[in-house]
Amino acid sequence: MPKRIVVPFGPQHPVLPEPIHLDLVLEDEKVVDVIPSIGYIHRGLEQLVQKREYPEYVYVAERICGICSFMHALCYCQGIEHIMEIEVPDRARYLRTIWSELSRLHSHLLWLGLFADSMGFENLFMRAWQLRESVLDISEDTSGGRIIQSTCKVGGVRRDIEQGKLEEIHRVMDTFEEKCRGLGNVFLNDETVKYRLQGLGVISKDEAYTLGSAGPTLRGSGVAIDHRETGYAAYGDLGFKPVVETAGDCYARCAVRVRELYSSIDLIRRAIEEMPEGGIDVKVKGAPNGEYFSRVEQPRGEVVHYLLGDGTKHLVRARIRTPTLANVPALVKMLPGAQLADVPVVVLSIDPCISCTER
Amino acid sequence: MAFLKRSPWILHYDASSCNGCDIEVLACLTPLYDVERFGIINTGNPKHADVLLITGGVNEQNRPVVKNLYEQMPEPKVVIAVGACAATGGIFRECYNIVGGIDKVIPVDVYVPGCAARPEQIIDGVVKALSILEERRERMTGEAQVQEEARHDAAEAGESR
Repeated sequence: MPKRIVVPFGPQHPVLPEPIHLDLVLEDEKVVDVIPSIGYIHRGLEQLVQKREYPEYVYVAERICGICSFMHALCYCQGIEHIMEIEVPDRARYLRTIWSELSRLHSHLLWLGLFADSMGFENLFMRAWQLRESVLDISEDTSGGRIIQSTCKVGGVRRDIEQGKLEEIHRVMDTFEEKCRGLGNVFLNDETVKYRLQGLGVISKDEAYTLGSAGPTLRGSGVAIDHRETGYAAYGDLGFKPVVETAGDCYARCAVRVRELYSSIDLIRRAIEEMPEGGIDVKVKGAPNGEYFSRVEQPRGEVVHYLLGDGTKHLVRARIRTPTLANVPALVKMLPGAQLADVPVVVLSIDPCISCTER
Repeated sequence: MAFLKRSPWILHYDASSCNGCDIEVLACLTPLYDVERFGIINTGNPKHADVLLITGGVNEQNRPVVKNLYEQMPEPKVVIAVGACAATGGIFRECYNIVGGIDKVIPVDVYVPGCAARPEQIIDGVVKALSILEERRERMTGEAQVQEEARHDAAEAGESR
């Protein structure tokens, strides 16, 4: 039997924008076991609900993670609205959908870039991030912020997008889709990319489901679960079909994300076309009394906010389960059998967002 | 950028931020802002780095990591704290696990404000830090010169005796 050695991976590592630590147990170059340890970004945001009033906590929820910031705020607001039985105006629901899908576009393009970087395909990394800037331009134009939009609030949204701007976004989406298809074509059909990704980090349908993974990691293994199907915000009106691949390897997870780019563009277009007239928010009075599990589909999978209020301005408890936390057990299953040089690719293939995970 | 004599290499670390600033740091390196045209490269190795770009309010588990990274970097070096929470703890200030700013752990030279800090601001901060880096380099070479001359004088005095 070859001698076993342990190689530490992280917390500071060139392919990781955020710190996570993995102890890789190797036999020669082959990974046989993985021991993850997290906690480098744990800030204790759940406890902050006791120090911030419930409408203020939206700002904290936005800063759980900088990439899916709008969706965290959306999830929190939907939870509070459900407890307080607030009916959000139609226009606000549609605007929320547009901002959600813009976040998904920018998150997926960001991930595609980092993923290309982890394979050593630097040119593709730059191309993906260049394309991402046009999404950030729209986000800045409509909300004033590139990363943190701060447009969601309890009872609706903070800003309206005027008709002219909506039409412009619709126009921009045409050229944007063309460029996305060009980029996606490289990820899906390039021989070097295929050679690097196919058959790597395989997780079967049953395993992915039993381990409770979420988002593209789950859908890449052939399980069609996407929380947008339940029709929160305006997804119910727009009609939505989840993107599914069956192979369960890194290539399948990549393909899910590439195809989700196209479906997001489509959703934005249809939301603009069917945008209803009317107000964007309702006045909120009183305080939440009750509990609710609020769920939203983030770029990385399903996020759950558990909120418990006792009728005062401060919530009693918030519990946030994020998709990366659900995907770490799947990652531990994927890595054994891979070569050491493939570890960055497999780790990145679950799209780890450590800030989310550790709150 | 006339004073940018060499190409400074950057080490980036996320010390418990929301990663909004971190993706903006990465955005500085990619086509729209592209600081690589000035010779600024993001390196993964602290031993190669001149500038430490660091974000977040630092939690207890990250404190030794930040210290370790700083100590591994060779002199002269500068530290840039990016974002509101790197400066003061920002929105996370009251969290039980947050130390409250990079300067509680290591000395900081430049603070970049913003939540999240914009790429333009980050580049501005780096340019400011580079002049500090140049000053330090001059001082270090100056000190080395003085030491060398003292050694030389001592050696001459020894010979004449």
